[in-house]
Amino acid sequence: MKRRDFLKGSGALIVSFSVAKVIDGDAVSAQGINGAGAGQLDSWLAVGADRRVTAYTGKCELGQGMLTAQTQLVAEELAVPMDRVTLIQCDTSLTPDQGTTSGSQSTPSNFNHANLALACATAREALVSMAAERLGVPVSQLMAIDGAVAVRTDRSRRVPYSDLIGGRRFNLTLNSGAKRKPSNEWTVLGTPAKRLDMPALATGTAEFVHTYRVPGMVHGRVVRPPAVGATLQSVDESSVSGMPGFVKVVRKNNFLGVVFEKEWQAVQGAARLRATWTAGVTLPAHATFNEYLRRQPSRDTLSINSRDVDQQLQRASRVVKATYLHPYQMHGSIGTSCAIADVQGTRATIWSATQSAYPLRGSAATLLGIPAANVRVVFVRGAGCYGINGADTVSFDAALLSQAVGRPVRVQLSRRDEMAWENYGFAYTMDERAGVNAAGDIVCWDYENWYAGMGGRPGGNPGNVITGMLAGLAPPPFTPRTPAPEPAGGFNNGSNVVPAYVTGAVGGVNGGTGTVASQRVLTHTSLSCFPTGPLRSPSRLQNTFAHESFIDEIAAEVKADPVAYRVRHLRDPRLIEVVQAAARAARWDARPSPKPNVRRTGIATGRGMSCVLYEGDNGYAAMVAEVEVNQDTGAVVVTRFVISSDCGPISNPDGLRNQMEGGALQGLSRAMGEEVTWDEHAITSVDWRSYHTMYVGSPSPTIEHVLINRPDGEAMGAGETSITIVAAAVANAIFDATGARVRQVPFTPERIKAGLAARA
Amino acid sequence: MAPIRLNVNGRDHTVDVDPATPLLYVLSDDLQLKGPKFGCGLGQCGACTVLVGAAAIRSCVTPVSAVRAGDRVTTLEGLGTPQRPHPLQQAFIDEQAAQCGFCLSGVILTAKAALDRNPAATGPELQEALSNVICRCFVQTRMMKAIARYAKERA
Repeated sequence: MKRRDFLKGSGALIVSFSVAKVIDGDAVSAQGINGAGAGQLDSWLAVGADRRVTAYTGKCELGQGMLTAQTQLVAEELAVPMDRVTLIQCDTSLTPDQGTTSGSQSTPSNFNHANLALACATAREALVSMAAERLGVPVSQLMAIDGAVAVRTDRSRRVPYSDLIGGRRFNLTLNSGAKRKPSNEWTVLGTPAKRLDMPALATGTAEFVHTYRVPGMVHGRVVRPPAVGATLQSVDESSVSGMPGFVKVVRKNNFLGVVFEKEWQAVQGAARLRATWTAGVTLPAHATFNEYLRRQPSRDTLSINSRDVDQQLQRASRVVKATYLHPYQMHGSIGTSCAIADVQGTRATIWSATQSAYPLRGSAATLLGIPAANVRVVFVRGAGCYGINGADTVSFDAALLSQAVGRPVRVQLSRRDEMAWENYGFAYTMDERAGVNAAGDIVCWDYENWYAGMGGRPGGNPGNVITGMLAGLAPPPFTPRTPAPEPAGGFNNGSNVVPAYVTGAVGGVNGGTGTVASQRVLTHTSLSCFPTGPLRSPSRLQNTFAHESFIDEIAAEVKADPVAYRVRHLRDPRLIEVVQAAARAARWDARPSPKPNVRRTGIATGRGMSCVLYEGDNGYAAMVAEVEVNQDTGAVVVTRFVISSDCGPISNPDGLRNQMEGGALQGLSRAMGEEVTWDEHAITSVDWRSYHTMYVGSPSPTIEHVLINRPDGEAMGAGETSITIVAAAVANAIFDATGARVRQVPFTPERIKAGLAARA
Repeated sequence: MAPIRLNVNGRDHTVDVDPATPLLYVLSDDLQLKGPKFGCGLGQCGACTVLVGAAAIRSCVTPVSAVRAGDRVTTLEGLGTPQRPHPLQQAFIDEQAAQCGFCLSGVILTAKAALDRNPAATGPELQEALSNVICRCFVQTRMMKAIARYAKERA
């Protein structure tokens, strides 16, 4: 294949394949978000005799610029031009196990003092040491420059890396004492380097898994059940076996698919295949689902509990309460998911846009009944996924079909199969209560939330996604647990379930970002009737919608300015700074909401604030949203976003802006229109008419940025901060404009009108 | 099956397919082109867009038999190359107007057809032209900027 040809040419062949053996050993890799990594320098980097540097990363390009940013990192640390760096992403035969590319973890993992960055620093120091010996000059008088080590005072005296190591192994372990290049010497990292893949994308020549071709490849399509829980009773193969290009009908328990020589034949075959299914289950009513969530057997978790919240609520001068609702939403990738699998006997290769090459290797092996060491998963880019879209499940589809026909099979899902069976983002029901004293300070905060989950990422268990479930593998059993045990093991706000305004005290240590000491956060998780999984800012977005709406409701209750009121209850200086920076850039008009003298008809305008420290430690952002509400129709137009962000050192400011913009507008689409719907038996939001997204031509706000750069700080994620704060910023702006509070996502015109009608 | 002649990106092809086959599958499966992509198969998203003559059409719902002899089909890779991009493609590169890039056939070719039809199209008219094209990474701010930049440069 191309990749192999490339490696042959690069001089890195020996290194990469001998390293592949090291990585492919029997050791079971960790399946956490960031995987086991690799301790050997040669697992990360190879310098070819052709002067090219090849870097191996377990964090892949999901459309958010990681290919370019990681190339910048390698170029910077090793002092080589970007065009001499090749980055190999997520291939279980070539790259270290870095688990899953998700959770805004690529930058924290690979840009701090570990993994890829540490490998580069280790390599640079090793190369300088080798050059010191070669040139007879002390290390202190040498520097790495342009793919060579040169004498500082006479840069013409230099030795290229390729002369020092070209085509050979370093045979070193990562050196935790290796020094990163100081940020004040950066010339590549921290600059707005253009996306390396942009010319190919803009000219339609980029390779996607959807365009990838394997010799001898045939095409499969799956036939999913007509209803949730329906089981397969019989299949009439003769309904399709006479069609042109027919290869096979494949059944495994309730998994059903067809294989044809050509793609359009497979599409038609899947449509024509006669199969009978049982009726399936009766689904809970969509209209009352948020109430239904409260009544399910649940597994309960206390994230924080100062044990005095009930007394404090009784003692408070005022108690503010509100309930917020969020629907299931979907990833809804623009390209339906696609994969190619070639299963030959006990060996398999899967070309997949998965975020989880290594975890997928293990779970595909389980599904196929072959050893994990015999499965190679090769990442090939896909359509933007924003979490676990169908990339993993379609990899299983292709693998099962290929195993049945003994040929490479490509599967691309239909739009309906993608939307009806993906792992949705969680629906939430969220109750907030706070006590306020006579001075208007918050004295206690009580948060209780209900959501339902089922399945998830398939690492370790193919039954976490629909193909595995249909093939007979179940997601892990659900075990209710009530009451919740007391919080232990330190403060963890990975799901942003704890509001920013409390101290986050667990075991006597304040891990939170706020000042309110009386606090309780209780989560009830129940079993979902649909598969669920991480959707960009999973749970963090829903929880933050509630918290950041509610802090505004309290501020309004005590007639305080929403920005000043936030700052008054925060103690994390960086969170305060992003809030103030966004407010300043937006020329925030400091006063309580709603706006005085609101007219009850026509267009009303207002502004709202929202902020987050994502996952409690992974990136700060704040946003001011400005809206125009048509009080006659309930239509809301968001006219302006001002977004401030602080993710530590900025690797690529333009890439960061692109992330902030995409996140903000995706958040807006989710806040204003997106909602998974169903009837008694099946999902009904199955295309772009029934699932409501924003379009390229939709009216969109202007977006202004404040990028706070901390070149010497710890690198944090930035892929999910802006999306997390949109819904509350918009809801707060609607309230500011009209005095009407909208507490249910999406903010449809009907819900806005209901809110307007309910105004006092 | 029937032999069908097509001119795609300036080259003549003869393909032997069911005439009802949507043009998209002929382009991607038979001719192995990478620009037009399957997004929905329903004509709702735009990812499969190609130009037939001067018109942007959704190739996933257009039978190959509907392409008339003499029609020239242009895909995103037929518009320009990475080395020599079309000025509209260059505007997208200059504005860094993509994330995953899967949708770009729809965005770029729809905009091109709209501007070829009306070079003086206003901002709202261009928004209207793109009101049925989806980008799920939500890069529309940059995309509309790139389109406006190209429109201004060619004026």
